[in-house]
Amino acid sequence: MLKILKYSFFDLMRSRWSYVYFIFYLALGFVLLFLNNDLNKAVITLMNIIIVLTPLIGTIFGVMYYYNSKEFTELLLAQPIKRNTIFMGQYVGIALSLTLSLVLGLGIPFVLYGLFRSTAIFDFSLLLVVGSFLNFIFVALSYNIALSTDNKIKGFGYAILMWLFLAVIYDGIFLISLLLFNDYPLDKFSLIATMLNPIDLSRILILLKLDISALLGYTGAVFRSFFGTSLGMVVSLLLLSLWVILPVFRMNRKLRKKDF
Amino acid sequence: MIEFKNIHKKFGKLVVLDGLNLSIKKGGIFAILGPNGSGKTTLIKSLLGMVIPNKGDILFQDKSVLKKWDYRNQLNYLPQIANFPPNLSVIELIKMVKNLRPKESNEQDLITLFGLEPFLQKKLGTLSGGTKQKVNLVLTFMFDSELIILDEPTTGLDPIALIHLKELIKKEKEKGKTILITTHIMSFVDEMADEIVFLLDGKIYFKGSIDALKKQTNNDNLEHAIANLISKQYA
Repeated sequence: MLKILKYSFFDLMRSRWSYVYFIFYLALGFVLLFLNNDLNKAVITLMNIIIVLTPLIGTIFGVMYYYNSKEFTELLLAQPIKRNTIFMGQYVGIALSLTLSLVLGLGIPFVLYGLFRSTAIFDFSLLLVVGSFLNFIFVALSYNIALSTDNKIKGFGYAILMWLFLAVIYDGIFLISLLLFNDYPLDKFSLIATMLNPIDLSRILILLKLDISALLGYTGAVFRSFFGTSLGMVVSLLLLSLWVILPVFRMNRKLRKKDF
Repeated sequence: MIEFKNIHKKFGKLVVLDGLNLSIKKGGIFAILGPNGSGKTTLIKSLLGMVIPNKGDILFQDKSVLKKWDYRNQLNYLPQIANFPPNLSVIELIKMVKNLRPKESNEQDLITLFGLEPFLQKKLGTLSGGTKQKVNLVLTFMFDSELIILDEPTTGLDPIALIHLKELIKKEKEKGKTILITTHIMSFVDEMADEIVFLLDGKIYFKGSIDALKKQTNNDNLEHAIANLISKQYA
């Protein structure tokens, strides 16, 4: 698997889009830090961007890579390598190269700014960990979609819909249901609903680490009492891992029966 | 050497292979022919493990190939459309495929034969279709394997490369290897093949030498003999 991984990784590292992505984060980091001067605020702004953007880029890179390298994958399939090995290698290669763009792109300006001397280092690391998780989650989800759909246009459409659902529509439904059932105790419901969506989970996880959670009111207090503890943190990270493991598991199952 | 036993394959409602039985013995050039969509590529891909049959078994060197992968070290495959990752250079691709197969390779002779030296450092995305096909041929022939499978090997090749390809195939045959070829170019079949396997409606319709086929269809010209076979499908 390492050979395929290495190859996919270097192939992507050489593509123009990885650089665009890297430079985007680099520019973002510099602009936010040197125009803002407040590390905490910069982390919040970054969070808002990362939480929407990394899933989108992960989704698009995932489907794009799958469909573009289809013929080459067929060449690999005729070599003495296991199927799972090929696709796992590609998957980890994509997710890893995206993660590298993210970590380096944001890390460099922050280190230059003096991150190691600041108290925000924990918040910032959490941001990067969550961003990396989102990369792995959404590349896995998009690979699932691509493996199930032979039509490129349809696959692209489904993948974007999936992103739109988790990033925007899910929140909409969530808010509407909060309004509709305003008369009932909603703290448990909202806690669970948040945990079922990796984007929401990531957002809450970071927000509660920052000192603005007091603004969230009563539900915020419930959230804080859960996510604020180390148990909550462990459960959240476990859930994020589950969001990686389940799609990867399904990918391997799907591969057993797939025709190329 | 290869044995297909009662292979069934459906894509959705479309039945492509319908209880196909075929055995191919070691040594010689076998041309797999048939009209468009008759299941030639599906047959080859199921041998390679890329397509998984709904029913039946495939034996390669007396062992079932289903759900296995290491047997593929004993065969070379030339895919129909050569589309490589555009960011890699030719030499990197060759090195990478070498890296994936624990086997001796003689790519240098082949690179010289097809005149690919000037292209070695070029990115695959910038190559013409014919040059890509030459790279494809190098990747296929550089390993020494018992079985060679060529899916439309002549696509896009210029006359000189075509002559080299024919020589290569003949040389491999003399070493006692088994070569499966699918193609629509009958003059190529007439010149190269020892035996013809004709697929129709997901079954083997004819298997035998070119002379036997000509005799059966009362036709001296191979192209017309094949056309004669195909036209029976439309009748």
